[in-house]
Amino acid sequence: MSATSVSAHGHATHVGHHELGFWRTYVFSTDHKMIARQFLFLGLFMMIIGGLLALVVRWQLAWPETAVPGLGWLLTDTGGVLEPAEYNMAFTMHATIMIFFVVMPILAGAFGNFCIPLMIGARDMAFPFLNMLSFWAAAVAGVLMLFGFFVEGGHAAAGWTSYAPLSAVPEYTGTNWGQNLWCISLFVLGVSSMMGSINYVTTIINMRAPGMKLFRMPLVVWSLFITAILLLLALPVLTSGVAMLLFDRTLGTSWFKPSGGGEPLLWQHLFWYFGHPEVYILILPAMGIASEILPVFARKPIFGYHAMAFSMIGIAFLSWVVYGHHMFVSGMNPALGMSFMVTTMIIAVPSAIKTFNWLGTLWGGRIRFTVPMLNALAFVWMFVIGGLSGIFMASTPVDIYIQDTYFIVAHIHYVVFGGSIFGAFAAIYYWFPKMFGRLTNPLLGHLHFWGTFVFFNLTFFPMHIIGVGGQMRRIYNPLQYEFLQHQQHWNVIITIGAIGLGLSQIPFVINFFWSLFAGSRAPHNPWNANTLEWSAPSPPPHLNWGPTLPTVYRGPYEYSSPESKEDFLPQWQPSPGRVGAGRH
Amino acid sequence: MLSWWLPENVATFGGEIDWLFHLIYYITGITFILVTVTFLSFIVIYRDRPGRRARYTHGNTPLEIVWTVVPSLILVVLTFLSVPAWSKIKMSLPQTDFVVQVTGKQFNWQVTYPGPDGRFGTPDDKTLLDEMHVPVGKPIRVNLRSEDVIHSFFVPSFRFKQDAVPGREIPTWFEVTKPGKYEIPCAELCGFGHSGMRAWIYVHTAEEYAKWAAANLAAQAPVAQTAQAKPSAAKGESDRR
Repeated sequence: MSATSVSAHGHATHVGHHELGFWRTYVFSTDHKMIARQFLFLGLFMMIIGGLLALVVRWQLAWPETAVPGLGWLLTDTGGVLEPAEYNMAFTMHATIMIFFVVMPILAGAFGNFCIPLMIGARDMAFPFLNMLSFWAAAVAGVLMLFGFFVEGGHAAAGWTSYAPLSAVPEYTGTNWGQNLWCISLFVLGVSSMMGSINYVTTIINMRAPGMKLFRMPLVVWSLFITAILLLLALPVLTSGVAMLLFDRTLGTSWFKPSGGGEPLLWQHLFWYFGHPEVYILILPAMGIASEILPVFARKPIFGYHAMAFSMIGIAFLSWVVYGHHMFVSGMNPALGMSFMVTTMIIAVPSAIKTFNWLGTLWGGRIRFTVPMLNALAFVWMFVIGGLSGIFMASTPVDIYIQDTYFIVAHIHYVVFGGSIFGAFAAIYYWFPKMFGRLTNPLLGHLHFWGTFVFFNLTFFPMHIIGVGGQMRRIYNPLQYEFLQHQQHWNVIITIGAIGLGLSQIPFVINFFWSLFAGSRAPHNPWNANTLEWSAPSPPPHLNWGPTLPTVYRGPYEYSSPESKEDFLPQWQPSPGRVGAGRH
Repeated sequence: MLSWWLPENVATFGGEIDWLFHLIYYITGITFILVTVTFLSFIVIYRDRPGRRARYTHGNTPLEIVWTVVPSLILVVLTFLSVPAWSKIKMSLPQTDFVVQVTGKQFNWQVTYPGPDGRFGTPDDKTLLDEMHVPVGKPIRVNLRSEDVIHSFFVPSFRFKQDAVPGREIPTWFEVTKPGKYEIPCAELCGFGHSGMRAWIYVHTAEEYAKWAAANLAAQAPVAQTAQAKPSAAKGESDRR
């Protein structure tokens, strides 16, 4: 351990010193790039499970109380028909897995690990051994979470928000060990996030290459930096919350149980004090990724670099003072609703700034429609819809009606799927050549993108409509309600969209594995990009660079600069013509 | 397009919520159209064509100030317009002599009337299961409670929603403008029977209500039993899973 942590600090003498064995290279690796790949595989594997659970939920809502195709072998006593308790378990685990084991591992885990050292010109993370522990803690958390499917009484079924006392008393849901494992798994994941985020913050503050000033950092590094600070402050609140919940369930404490003098709303305060920053933990890295990819394929500098960085800082700051907008009708003092409405409205402003700056980046560009670019463009457009629908909930009176309907489900999926997942796909296609040293197949990439884009909108847009019609989220059978009968055809359309969305991922899986083994070899800089990672070989060797670290001469977005004949001017190249380091 | 899908509003404050909903709907709709037109035209106009170099610019401060200030002003106005409706619905309780207690319990709504003595917790209280009767055109005070987990009392046609939290009693109110029969789902996940936790609210004219109250809320039991028999039959049907 000491050898790796010393070499990580950039001692040239250690470069290429030792050959590592199989276990130290592929399993218990302390190399940030291998840890990034491990997080990516964890996230993609869990995405399959989370996605299949979503299809089960959708089948039930479109054709209630009919057998789900292919589930007969699992639900033998009903022949594949879901019981209400199993339905609750399916959507609870869909959300838990997608948020904690897909989006966070892929965006913060994989691309945080991959991009930060390579883009700031460091040899590795500040604490490589801690970095390895953070992955293995996340993997253990994932195993614990999946194990919950096999325990007696089934998995947690109280929603991903696990509102107490429903989650605090086993009799109320009928699940016992499933909910306990949910708590334990998220506790372990919280520890993993702590280790990861301490590493990110320390690395970015201390280990930037010569010339890499804070305001020369690529925006994706800015976004990951701010995400890490949010993780560092938000996750411990959830971690303590789930520990208290577990104590209520198993040790007889009464934090959240009114029968013993506890307060159910305390859970909601703790949960959303974590949960709202969490939304930005999920979306900020995707914003950074879009800000990174748009300039590369528009061949233009990002529009308003400083405004982009400061708006992210603003979002992070405000994310702490808006959490109460999840609790407008919770029984919290309504006077508090007023102040939370004000802050919630304000947080829309930095998001608007970012959107207009992305449009400004496209203006006057030479846009190349590569697969990463298409995904980044889709991110921007879908984020606009998700952001605008958020304004409905910010207005407290409208939220009274909208709260807990499918309108919320539509909104969160436009932000987290339309935003974070499109951002993740953009990042995977963009950095794949650097990560694995091979190019992906553009035809399969286009097929994947267009299928995902079309079916995504077919799935999630109509959810706004049934939500406005009053359909509640988390109900087992919409046909039980007279006032929902007339809009059942939308549930069928949404489910067909969801099935299409699932099938659209097949070209991605084929492309990913085919390219991994048989794609053509990637050059150093296949996209003609400016940032430091493209100066290293593809894939970069252990410790990333040769004996000397790169020197940074300018900001990351000098595309089509008059200083250079080429339409890009990398950060690591000394000025070709005039003396001076460009802007920033 | 969305607004056509709102259920009919029959509550006094529902109009204010619908008005705000439509206002936000038009503001966000216009913003969405403007952004989309700009976005798509940039994508078409500035697509990669040979012989042209991208414009080298790092930004435009006056432009950035404009697109920061304009959304801020719109959002400030929206906030101020939302305040009166919120104060009226959640922060004030109109004077009324009509008070019922609604208790959520896995998986029913128990509706308790104080009985002839006008007080709760006395032997003449009348409790109905999954059935509520109120007169039209009169503010109704609902004291919302829960016996086990968090439930949410939702009447889509009244634009009314309030969580029922165990351990506290939350006073709320509404006033209905049109007689009829309206559905009350539970909007907060409360366990495996959550989806079947639904009740009906019957809104009567003043005379009809007086007749119903005389028959069902008066001192003795036989009539009250008929009132209980009906909803449990309806419940058996809705609970079929």
